[in-house]
Amino acid sequence: MAEIYAAALINGLLIGGVYALVALGLTLIYGVLHIVNFAHGSLLMVAMFAAWLMAEKAGVHPYAALPVVALAMFALGWLLYRYVIGRVSRGEDRAILLATLGVAVVLDNVFLTLFGGDTRQIESDLTFAVIEAGPLLLSVPKVIAFAVSLLLAGALWAFMALTDTGRAIRAVAKEPEGARLMGIRPERIFALAYGIGIGCLGAAGCLLLPSFFVSPHVGNVFVLVAFTIVVLGGMGSFPGAVVGGLLIGVTESLGGLWLGESLGPIGISLVFIAVLLFRPTGLFGAAR
Amino acid sequence: MLEVPMLEVRDLHAGYGAFGVLHGIDMVVGAGEIVAVLGANGAGKTTLNRALSALIQPSAGAIMFEGRNITHAGYDTVVQAGLIQVPEGRKIFPNLSVRDNLLLGAFLRGRANRARNLARVFDIFPRLGERLGQLAGSMSGGEQQMLAIGRGLMAEPRLLILDEPSLGLSPVLTEELFALIGQLNAAGLAILLVEQNVVQSLAIAQRAYVIEHGVVALHGPAADLADDPRLRTAYLGLA
Repeated sequence: MAEIYAAALINGLLIGGVYALVALGLTLIYGVLHIVNFAHGSLLMVAMFAAWLMAEKAGVHPYAALPVVALAMFALGWLLYRYVIGRVSRGEDRAILLATLGVAVVLDNVFLTLFGGDTRQIESDLTFAVIEAGPLLLSVPKVIAFAVSLLLAGALWAFMALTDTGRAIRAVAKEPEGARLMGIRPERIFALAYGIGIGCLGAAGCLLLPSFFVSPHVGNVFVLVAFTIVVLGGMGSFPGAVVGGLLIGVTESLGGLWLGESLGPIGISLVFIAVLLFRPTGLFGAAR
Repeated sequence: MLEVPMLEVRDLHAGYGAFGVLHGIDMVVGAGEIVAVLGANGAGKTTLNRALSALIQPSAGAIMFEGRNITHAGYDTVVQAGLIQVPEGRKIFPNLSVRDNLLLGAFLRGRANRARNLARVFDIFPRLGERLGQLAGSMSGGEQQMLAIGRGLMAEPRLLILDEPSLGLSPVLTEELFALIGQLNAAGLAILLVEQNVVQSLAIAQRAYVIEHGVVALHGPAADLADDPRLRTAYLGLA
């Protein structure tokens, strides 16, 4: 019996690592910039399709494709902010919400038209590879995704805390006019930060591909969970995104074990409510 | 004046959309001067500052800074040129630490000497040095004003615009602030001081402009203006 719990716990941690990966970009975009990015799931889908296409048509392994896909997604995010979201919204929250929702609708349907609704996956030696740790079996792609999400969280934290661009990103979200008086162009910083957040999705897409199916709807699996993690972990906190992701992964896994597949996800909401009851700014959120 | 003035404003018109606020301002700030800009609420002082820092585009007139036409320059170009504003309401970054606020002061200008300038700011405001890691938003109003000025100094200003720096400060802090403005000026910094605090501003400034309804109603040496009965009239809007 203990082994079943241990397996569920480990599996939850590994899934949580994957969730954290998706949440990292969102905690920058939603947590720091306060852009309600409804397009987050759809852009993850685009990244996964990009990785899938490179594997299927060019024979490039998703891990090898990661730098290219991450850069391409950064560029896509930058362009989307610069020419669509930023222009439409003019800094108005409601308009931002509608703009990102519009981007999501367009992307979902373009990919549905191009690729149909089928699920696809890549043939890879890694897909079913496992590490045996005593009685436990650890999926190799998930272990890798877990490790990379930790590294990426560390890198993002360092970037935001220690570089001028990172400081400027934090500054413009709260005080754009004060930033202008320092010669910082808020709209440029916003586009850059949005691009970085979407670039993280590029990395996430490549790391997910060996163990997940791709379809035009794949984003839906992750997007609500990612928003939950961002708020649970604390808006804009990268350690919060990782710990929140792991907590949600474990909750989901143990909830499924105790309550069954259909009732299990209720655990996520319960944990979410409990955390916010005691820490309204999230696990790692700054006090206001 | 034989040499090129630091700042020269000619027939400046500016406002918000169709709503004009400034209707032809002429003004000069020489190198090393403190020039006070006085006027009642709504006279157009802050609009003037916003136009000088290129946060709004003038509809007519010209702004020359050290002989260079910056009338239609971007706000980053203006900062790069060394025209730095400490705005009304401070507009510090509340969610950033004191240290990060100061470092961002040198985002565009003064980057090479950042470490030295940081030490200088701590020299002027020892209190900021004690609170490096504190979030700026959690500090008192006086400390936030120190931080806003410190952040401005990090950009190595050639001309510093101070917009209502004494607003919300206690009389003691206001006195300290004016002493500080005098010290900065004594070290060679040109300052455009926009204030409601008429008596103290005129005591420290060499010259002053009084703005009323978007035009310069009075200007001259600060000592003369202090005794001018028209100052009261213009300032209080009495006919």
